[in-house]
Amino acid sequence: MTTEARKPPPQIALKIRRILGGKAGWNGVAVQFAFAAILGWIGYEIVSNARANLENQHIAAGFGFLRNNAGFDVNQTLISYTGSDTFLRVFVVGLLNTLIVSVVGIFFATVIGFIVALCRLSPNWLLSRVGEIYVEVIRNLPLLFQILFWYLAVLAALPNPRQSISVFGIAFISNRGLVVPSPIGQSGLAPFLAVLAFGIVASLALHFYARRALFQRGQVIRIWPSVLALLFALPLATMLVFGLPFTFELPQLRGFNFAGGSRIIPEFVALAVALSTYTAAFIAEIVRAGILSVHKGQMEAGSSLGLSRGATLRLIVVPQAMRVIVPPLTNQYLNLTKNSSLAVAIGYPDLVSVFAGTSLSQTGQAIEIIAMTMGVYLLISLLTSAIMSVYGWRVSRSLGA
Amino acid sequence: MKRVTLALTLALAAGLTAQAAEAQTLKTVKDRGMLSCGVSQGLPGFSSPDDKGNWTGIDVDVCRAIAGAIFNDPTKVKFVPLSAKDRFTALQSGEIDVLSRNTTWTISRDTSLGANFTGVTYYDGQGFMVKKSLKVNSALELNSASVCVQTGTTTEQNLADYFKANNMKYEVIAFATNDETVKAYEAGRCDVFTTDQSGLYANRLKLANPNDHMVLPEIISKEPLGPMVRHGDDQWFDIVKWTLFAMLTAEELGVTSKNVDEKAKLENPELKRVLGSDGNFGEQLGLTKDWVVRIVKTVGNYGEVFDRNVGAGSPLAINRGVNNLWNKGGLQYAPPIR
Repeated sequence: MTTEARKPPPQIALKIRRILGGKAGWNGVAVQFAFAAILGWIGYEIVSNARANLENQHIAAGFGFLRNNAGFDVNQTLISYTGSDTFLRVFVVGLLNTLIVSVVGIFFATVIGFIVALCRLSPNWLLSRVGEIYVEVIRNLPLLFQILFWYLAVLAALPNPRQSISVFGIAFISNRGLVVPSPIGQSGLAPFLAVLAFGIVASLALHFYARRALFQRGQVIRIWPSVLALLFALPLATMLVFGLPFTFELPQLRGFNFAGGSRIIPEFVALAVALSTYTAAFIAEIVRAGILSVHKGQMEAGSSLGLSRGATLRLIVVPQAMRVIVPPLTNQYLNLTKNSSLAVAIGYPDLVSVFAGTSLSQTGQAIEIIAMTMGVYLLISLLTSAIMSVYGWRVSRSLGA
Repeated sequence: MKRVTLALTLALAAGLTAQAAEAQTLKTVKDRGMLSCGVSQGLPGFSSPDDKGNWTGIDVDVCRAIAGAIFNDPTKVKFVPLSAKDRFTALQSGEIDVLSRNTTWTISRDTSLGANFTGVTYYDGQGFMVKKSLKVNSALELNSASVCVQTGTTTEQNLADYFKANNMKYEVIAFATNDETVKAYEAGRCDVFTTDQSGLYANRLKLANPNDHMVLPEIISKEPLGPMVRHGDDQWFDIVKWTLFAMLTAEELGVTSKNVDEKAKLENPELKRVLGSDGNFGEQLGLTKDWVVRIVKTVGNYGEVFDRNVGAGSPLAINRGVNNLWNKGGLQYAPPIR
């Protein structure tokens, strides 16, 4: 007796009826379609009415402005941008700035959050008190206040560029930000990157092969010598053959500021620090709740197997806790992304600042720009939720739940 | 996504529909018993609240003059502080009746915002302020400098143009409000603070040690600042436009807040026309015959307003310069009231 035999044949029509119509059957489906049509009609009326009104009042409408020249500059651009680029490019520049600060913020918030949670759970009295104070202080102060604090504290503490703090003469810290040497690609760059990419892929393949061998045949394969060779020896050999992949351009004080090198602006640092420390306080509580939700017996079982506390946490407790942690953690990631729009207070050029702020007032097209900005935040949030859902599903699946 | 967007469109469309129906701004203002006037969030000399919450400044006086002409009561104004980037949306959506907020008259703003400039209350130009300790004497020495600027202004675009035209590099740090910009400049985040020159003098007063800072001589742009009203209500446009002209005409004729009653009694044909004992220009505007008298009694003539807020009688002590009357070597010129 096979399992296929017991499955009913697929009935698409039936399925549609059940999904759309519920208990009402085909009548229900008709009602749903009528409802959708009415909604669509209302939406169309509203949009065309608004368009007509705008036209009557000679307020420019439509998305044609995106092709116009922006005419202003932005102080942190991940892609090349000058004042003579279009508003569409401003949009992309702002979006990338929002994304980079969100990604950096999420990374550090997660790391700090896990560390603080483990501190709070630690049997060490001092560590757990420190964790507790961190959480209580940070999460009870308004975020905007913290952003301004970090910004003004960072600015106040640092000297001007002419008296900047030098780190071994190659990097400089001043109130204009951190300047570091920037790599400049040479002829050896392409083969070097190719070999490095090959090394990473091959190492990953080896890792999976070794894991499979361990789980399926109980065979232990030592892969680290080969990985070392792939990741370091091979690229080094390439460098010897093709020459240096890149040289470094050192920053130099010229006029008011440093010329050359790459710079991390203080606005970015202040925003990223504030967002990650603030969100970390919430993440710490979520992680603590997750770990406490795992039965004490699991910890004891780990100890009785002779595992250290760290190993028990890593191998037994945290994987089970992740099921509880992931959904609220997603919320915090979304909050952090949306909170990054507070950047406008300290002049960090994020999407809200350069697009929904500057571009809006240069063009006056509030409806289009606000709609685009809202759309972007929604899209980022939905994508983050989707990724976290997939991760949550994998975590649950691996536990066989 | 659809729901949020729809909600937004609905709100906006509803707002816009209601507003299109009531093109009678004067009637709306009278019914409300209050003029709603968009001003800055605090720019000394133009519009700023004192410690008791009373607003003062040239831009504020323009609104008080309009209220004076309508209600004969300068207190019937509600001042709505707006950031540079919110100002046009507030006017378009009908939240304010007139925008009097040191706004530069440009062709794109005049043609694409559904609003009109009614005149020029102050001829300004963009300048730069630096710390004296930098030992800079000209804006052309600012290569590689960091510049603090308020976002959403013509200033930001002029800045880009100026540095590009002179082949200089710079870093721009743009803040949403004037105060944040000044604070960052003072904290040393940037070498240069740029805005309209009148604003530089005004903001210098806010700094801890005003004498450590200097305004560079270069004026890099034309910034004619004036009030704006919505499209589609010509009567209201005329009222706001002629309120400013009335203040200028009063100065030209030597009519001040102190002597306006005496001047009204004189048998001078021009004074009689302007001050309402001859002709009915005020009524043609939708106001009263004595509209100019009301305006001058409320805020004084243009010269008095200038002196009190930004000129010799104020801490800013800005020279009249191009803002003098046309017959005294300036640009301020009102069409005749006849």
